[in-house]
Amino acid sequence: MHSLRIADRSPTPCSPRRFRHQVPLHLLQFPQSRLRPRIQVVPLHLLQFPQSRGFDLEFKLADDPKIALQRYGRYLYDALILFCPSVERFGGSIDLAAIIDFFDSGHDLIIAADSNASDLIREVGNECGVEFDEDPLAVVIDHISYAVSETEGDHTLIASDDLIKSDVILGSKRIVAPILFRGIGHSLNPANNWYVLKVLSASPSAYSANPKSKLSTPPTLIGSAISLVSIVQARNNARILITGSLSMFNNRFFRSGVQKAGSQTKHEKSGNEQFLTEISKWVFHERGHLKAVNVKHHKVGETDEPALYRINDELEYSVEIYEWSGTSWEPYVANDVQVQFYMMSPYVLKTMSHDKKGLFSTSFKVPDVYGVFQFKVEYQKLGYTSLSLSKQIPVRPYKHNEYERFIPAAYPYYGAAFSMMAGFFIFSFVHLYSK
Amino acid sequence: MAAPEISTAAVPTLYTNNALRNAFGGVLAFFILLLIGVMAFSIRLFSVIKYESVIHEFDPYFNYRVTQFLAKNGIYEFWNWFDDRTWYPLGRVIGGTVYPGLTLTAGTIWWFLNSLNIPLSVETVCVFTAPIFSAFASWATYLLTKEVKGTGAGLTAAALLAMVPSYISRSVAGSYDNEAVAIFALIFTFYLYIKTLNTGSLFYATLNSIAYFYMVCSWGGYTFIINLIPMHVLLCIVTGRFSSRLYIAYAPLVVLGTLLAALVPVVGFNAVMTSEHFASFLVFIILHVVAFVYYIKGTLTPKMFKVAVTLVVSVGLAVCCAVIAVLIALVASSPTKGWSGRSLSLLDPTYASKYIPIIASVSEHQPPTWPSYFMDINVLAFLVPAGIIACFSPLSDASSFVVLYIAASVYFSGVMVRLMLVFAPAACITSGIALSQAFDVFTQSIKFQLPGISSNKEVDAAETSSATAEAQNDAVKTEKSEETSKNRPSKKSKKKEKEEKPSTKAKAEKKRLLALPLDSSVISLLLLILLGAFYVVHCVWAAAEAYSAPSIVLTSRSHDGLHVFDDFREAYAWLRHNTDVDDKVASWWDYGYQTTAMANRTVIVDNNTWNNTHIATVGTAMSSPEKAAWEIFHSLDVKYVLVVFGGLVGYPSDDINKFLWMVRIGGGVFPHIKEPDYLRDGQYRIDSQATPTMLNCLMYKLCYYRFVETDGKGFDRVRQTEIGKKYFKLTHFEEVFTTHHWMVRIYKLKPPKNRIRGKTKKSKSKTSSTSSRAKISGTGKKNPWH
Repeated sequence: MHSLRIADRSPTPCSPRRFRHQVPLHLLQFPQSRLRPRIQVVPLHLLQFPQSRGFDLEFKLADDPKIALQRYGRYLYDALILFCPSVERFGGSIDLAAIIDFFDSGHDLIIAADSNASDLIREVGNECGVEFDEDPLAVVIDHISYAVSETEGDHTLIASDDLIKSDVILGSKRIVAPILFRGIGHSLNPANNWYVLKVLSASPSAYSANPKSKLSTPPTLIGSAISLVSIVQARNNARILITGSLSMFNNRFFRSGVQKAGSQTKHEKSGNEQFLTEISKWVFHERGHLKAVNVKHHKVGETDEPALYRINDELEYSVEIYEWSGTSWEPYVANDVQVQFYMMSPYVLKTMSHDKKGLFSTSFKVPDVYGVFQFKVEYQKLGYTSLSLSKQIPVRPYKHNEYERFIPAAYPYYGAAFSMMAGFFIFSFVHLYSK
Repeated sequence: MAAPEISTAAVPTLYTNNALRNAFGGVLAFFILLLIGVMAFSIRLFSVIKYESVIHEFDPYFNYRVTQFLAKNGIYEFWNWFDDRTWYPLGRVIGGTVYPGLTLTAGTIWWFLNSLNIPLSVETVCVFTAPIFSAFASWATYLLTKEVKGTGAGLTAAALLAMVPSYISRSVAGSYDNEAVAIFALIFTFYLYIKTLNTGSLFYATLNSIAYFYMVCSWGGYTFIINLIPMHVLLCIVTGRFSSRLYIAYAPLVVLGTLLAALVPVVGFNAVMTSEHFASFLVFIILHVVAFVYYIKGTLTPKMFKVAVTLVVSVGLAVCCAVIAVLIALVASSPTKGWSGRSLSLLDPTYASKYIPIIASVSEHQPPTWPSYFMDINVLAFLVPAGIIACFSPLSDASSFVVLYIAASVYFSGVMVRLMLVFAPAACITSGIALSQAFDVFTQSIKFQLPGISSNKEVDAAETSSATAEAQNDAVKTEKSEETSKNRPSKKSKKKEKEEKPSTKAKAEKKRLLALPLDSSVISLLLLILLGAFYVVHCVWAAAEAYSAPSIVLTSRSHDGLHVFDDFREAYAWLRHNTDVDDKVASWWDYGYQTTAMANRTVIVDNNTWNNTHIATVGTAMSSPEKAAWEIFHSLDVKYVLVVFGGLVGYPSDDINKFLWMVRIGGGVFPHIKEPDYLRDGQYRIDSQATPTMLNCLMYKLCYYRFVETDGKGFDRVRQTEIGKKYFKLTHFEEVFTTHHWMVRIYKLKPPKNRIRGKTKKSKSKTSSTSSRAKISGTGKKNPWH
C-alpha cells in the first residue's frame, strides 16, 4: 500500500500575502500520525481539503532557492501540488526530471495549469500524456454552456457537468451543480487510453482559442475532445490530477452560485468544492486503492503448496483482496476478479468467487499441456489501482508409472501376443518331437 | 581375451607343431592391445594437461547437468525429469527426449566407484568417460578387424583408431558427448554382427542385439547401423551368399533389436514408424522369402521348382506392387515424407540448406572441405583404397561388409562434417587391413629372398597374423562351398584340418610367385614405416594443438606471451551470483546449455533445437529493432539478454557472424524478417555501407553498444572494419555486465514504461498540429465553425 511517510521536516508557514502575487509551489505531505494540520492558511486558492483530512501541508514558493523533493536520496513528501502555471524554472533542485522521478517512484501529483502556462508545466503534462493547447493565450471558450454571470463576458467562464461516471473517482454522492472552469484546455494522447482519463470534459460546443484575437484558422481543440480536468494513474499506481484552470481552486469559485446558460436552474453553490475534494481523495489514494495478499494454491483436498503440478490435476487458487477506505483495509467486494492459468496465452480464465470477507477463490483443472505456467491476476478496473500478480508454477507430464497399466482396448493385442507365444511353443514341440 | 582366440585360430595352421610360438604371439598381441588402450586414453589427456579438467563446448554441458541430476536423484527421477529451466515457458521432458546411454554409463561408473569408496566427483567421471571409451573402441576395432582379416590387421587397425584425429576431436577428456560412447557401441555392434556371421551362433546374435540396444541408447546415429546391416544382408543375398549364418546374424537383430530400441523413450514407436527403419523390415521380409525359396528348392525337384518359381514370382510381384503402393501412399501422406529433416539432408545434401535453416546453421552439419579429410584422417585417406582392394582378395562376407561400410560412410561424411566420425573407424579398419597386408607381402618377400633362413623359422608377428588370416579366409571358403549344411564350430574345424594341407602347399607356391625383389621390399617397408610415423606425428599434433581446446576457455599466443580468455565463465558466474534464481536469460540457442548448466538460469532456447518456432522467435527478436525486440522478450518474461561479441579480441564465432542464421531462421517463421534487408548488394557488412535495418537491429546494437569507447574508432577485429553506427543509445535495454574482453555482454530489459508520454516535444508538436489543422480544414463540413 501507499506508504505514509514520517514527517521528518516541520512545515514552515509562509505569509499568505505573498500568494497574491507570486504563484507558489505547494508541497503536501502525509504524516503518519494523523495530526491536525498546523497550517491554517486559506489563501486565494482554497486548499482546505487536505488539512481537514489530516495531511501535513508545506507551502513553498516556486522560486524558493531551498526547495527540494528529496534529501539523501529519500523523498521528503508523498505528494506534490503545483499551483504555479507560469513558472519557467523552479528554485532549488526541482526541475522537470525531478518531478517525473518523484512521480515514477510512486508519488502523487496535482498540477494546475492556466492560460499562459509555462513550457515547464506543459512538459510535465506532456510527460504524463496530456497536451495543452499550443497557443499560450488560448482558453476554453463555450458560447452555449457558459456560466451565466452579471456581466456578459467573453464566455470563457464555462460551467461543465460532463463528468466521468465512476463512483470510485468522484465518490458515491452525485455532483449535481456544474463546475466552474476558466483556463486552458488540453487533449489526451489517444494511444494512452488506459493511463489517462478525462474526468471533466468540455461540452461539444466548446473550443480553445484566444478570445482577444480574431479566429483566422479553425481551432485545434474543439468539442468534447477538450479535456478540462484529467487524471493519470501510472503503472506503478501513482496518481496525477491535471487541470487547465488554476482558478477553479479559487475560493470565489467554490462559493459562488452557478447557472448554466440556457438552463433555468440556478445552483446556490458551484460543484467545484465537492468535485475537487472528492477527486483529491482519489488522487491521494484515500479511495480506490487495492491490495492483494495471501496468494495460495494447492491441489484439491490438500493444503500444502506443491512445487509443481501434474497435467490434469485439480487445484484451488485463492487470494485475499482488500481496499483502503482512508482509515482501514476493508474487504474488497467485486464479481469480476479473474485468475488466468497462463503460458504465453491463458489456458484457463476463471472468475473468482468471494466470501465477502476479501477472500477470492476458485478451483479448476490443470490443462492437458505441460510447461511452465503462471497464475496471473491482472485486475484493472476504472478508478482502482491495478493489481498484477503472477506466480510461476511448472506443470509436468505423467510419470512413467502414472499411466493406466492395462488398457481394456488393448486386450485383443495381449491375447494375440500370448496366443502367438503359446502357438509357437506348441509348433516347435510338435515339429521337433512328432517323428 | 585376445590371447586364447589367437592361439585357437592359429592351431589349425601350418605351424601346428609350434604351439609355444603361437602362445607367445598371443601374449604379445595382448600386451600390444593393452598398450594401444593406454595410448588411446593418454593421447586424449592433452586437454586436461594444457587447460584443466573441465567439460568442453556446448552439448557436454547438458550431458553433465543430466548426469549430475541422475547421480543425485536416481534413474526413475531421471526418466521422469521435466526440466522447467529450459525452453521457457514450454519446458522439456528430459527423460523422454534424451539419448540416455552416455548419461547412464557415466552415472554407473560414478556409482560403482563411489560404492568402492573412491570418491570421485561427477565432473571427473564425465571428463574421463570419453578417453576410457576410446580405449574400448580401439579394442572393439581390433576384434572387428580380426574377424575380417586376422590378428595383424586387427592390431594395426586398433592402433590407427586409437589416435585417429577425427575421433580424437570428439573424445578428448572433457568432451562428454554422445559420440564418446557411441563410436565404441557402433564398432562393437558391427563386430558382433560379423562374429555372428562368421560363426552362425545365436549367442552372438543375442549379444549383437544387446550391443545394438546400447547404441540406440547412446546416439541417434544408430540409424546408420539399422540401415547398413540390411544393406549388407541384401548385398549378400544378391551376390548369392545367402546362408543360415546370414539368417541368424540378421533376423534376431531385427526382432530383438527393434523391440529393445522401442524401449528407449526417445525412440519409442519411431522404431517401427519412421522411414529410417523401413529398410530393415523390408530386408527382413526379403530374407525370409529367400530362405523359404532355398527351403523349397531343397525339397522339390528342379522341374517342379521352376514351375513354383514362375507361379510365386507372378503372384509375389502383384502383392509386392500392392504393398509398395500402400507404403508410398502412407509415406507421401506425411508432410516430411516420413523422414526427419536430418535424415533427408543425408540423402539430398542440399535439402537442409534449402528448407531447414536450423539444420543448415549448425557448422557440424555442413559438408566438409577436402582439407578437413586430410586433417581428420590424414594418411588413412591414401591407404583406404588399398584396403578396399585387400578386402576383395578374397571377398568374404565379413570383408564385403567392410567395403560396404566404408562406401556408405564416405558418402555420409561427404554430406555432413559430423559423420566424419562414422567414417573414421571404417577408414582405420581398411587402412589397418591395407597396412598389414602390405607388411605381409613385403616381409614374406624378404623372407623368401634372404638366403639361409628357412621359411619355417622366420616367423614374425605379421607372418603369423597373415597366416591365420588366410587360414580363416580358407575356412570361409570351405564353408561357402558347403553352406547349405549346418556348420557347428566343432565340425568346421575338423573340415578345415582336412583341407589344410593341400591349400597351404598351394599357398606356398603362390607366395613364391608373388615375392617381390628384396631391395624394393625393404625400401617399401621403410616408406610404409615413414608413412606410419608421419601419421603418428600428425595425430599427436592434432590431439595436442587442434582438438584439445575446451572452447569455453580460449587462449591466444601473441608476441607478448599467452593470453587466456575466460570470459564465458566470467559471464556465467556473474549471472549465477547477481540475478534472481527464476530470472530468464535470452540468448542465441548456442549458449543455452551452458547457461543452464553453468549459470543455473532459465533459458528460452538451447542446443536441443526441438522447437523451431521458439528459436525463430528469439531470432526475430535479435533481428528486430529495439522496441519490437523488447516486446518479444517481454512477452517471454525475459529479464536478461546475453550476446557473444568477438569484435574486440577477434573471436570469430560470435553472434554477429551467426547473425544471418538468426535472420534466416526468424524469417522462416515470421516473414516480416527478410534476409535481403540485412544485406547490402548481397554482402553481409556492418560498416558504414550496411543497411539501416542491419544497423538498427537489436543484435547490432547490443554488440556494438559503447564499442566506440574502446579505441575511439570502433574497429571490429573480426570483420576487419570500422563499424557503421558508432554513437547510439539504448532505450529499452540497459547494459548490466560486460566481461573483461567484451566477449560476453549481458543486458537487462528495462521495466515497462510507467506512463505514456504525450505526443511531442516542441518541434514535433508543430508538425502534428499543422497536420491536424490541415485535417480539420479538409473535413470542413463537420467543422461547426464554418
